[in-house]
Amino acid sequence: MTNDNYPEISIQTADFSLADEVALLETNNAVDGAVVTFTGRVRNKNEGKKVTSLTLEHYSGMTEKSLEKIISTAKERWCIGRVKVIHRVGELFIGDQIVFVGVTSEHRQDAFAANEFIMDYLKVQAPFWKKECTEQGNSWLDAKTSDENKAAKW
Amino acid sequence: MIKVVFFAALREQLNCSGLSLNSENLTTVGDLKAELANKDDKWQQIFANNALLSAVNHDMVNSEQVIKSGDEVAFFPPVTGG
Repeated sequence: MTNDNYPEISIQTADFSLADEVALLETNNAVDGAVVTFTGRVRNKNEGKKVTSLTLEHYSGMTEKSLEKIISTAKERWCIGRVKVIHRVGELFIGDQIVFVGVTSEHRQDAFAANEFIMDYLKVQAPFWKKECTEQGNSWLDAKTSDENKAAKW
Repeated sequence: MIKVVFFAALREQLNCSGLSLNSENLTTVGDLKAELANKDDKWQQIFANNALLSAVNHDMVNSEQVIKSGDEVAFFPPVTGG
């Protein structure tokens, strides 16, 4: 487990490189044998509608604070090393990367669990909102009960 | 004064991203919500939605949360990031 000052949160309009992020998680980190990453992307359809793009809005300031809290809870619950959360905002198109969560740990179980925990909590607590652009028009997405249930199971 | 901000679908429905309110006579987030609902019929209907979430100074809170002058209070729909 490492305790270095690693920049853990980035809210950005720009795309990110999975390879670069993995390299950052691994550089000068000889203690962690496990690197678990999750990348979320824009799908081409949602609830039967053909999606052309998404626009992501967030509450600057609260977003960072809520992600810090989620990450610190994950660090209390699991023995993990480095954590990185990237979330893009603005207009995104089919296949674009939206979100990245990377976690390292000495052994895989902690990194797997912490990664899923961070993602499940991000979904219900971090102030991001998606507006979907479809052939039928634009609309804000409704929150899903299934996401609430997933977060509650932790 | 209390700074009030709105996000996403709520901001669009109200056609307002934020405002400042005199904090006298407002003790809790619930009081603030009732004050906002008083503006007109449209605002009344919008703030009757129990699914709306609220935050004070960037922390998620419920309606009983006490507020004071200088606070930033946000109202927004359930979040849909990730």
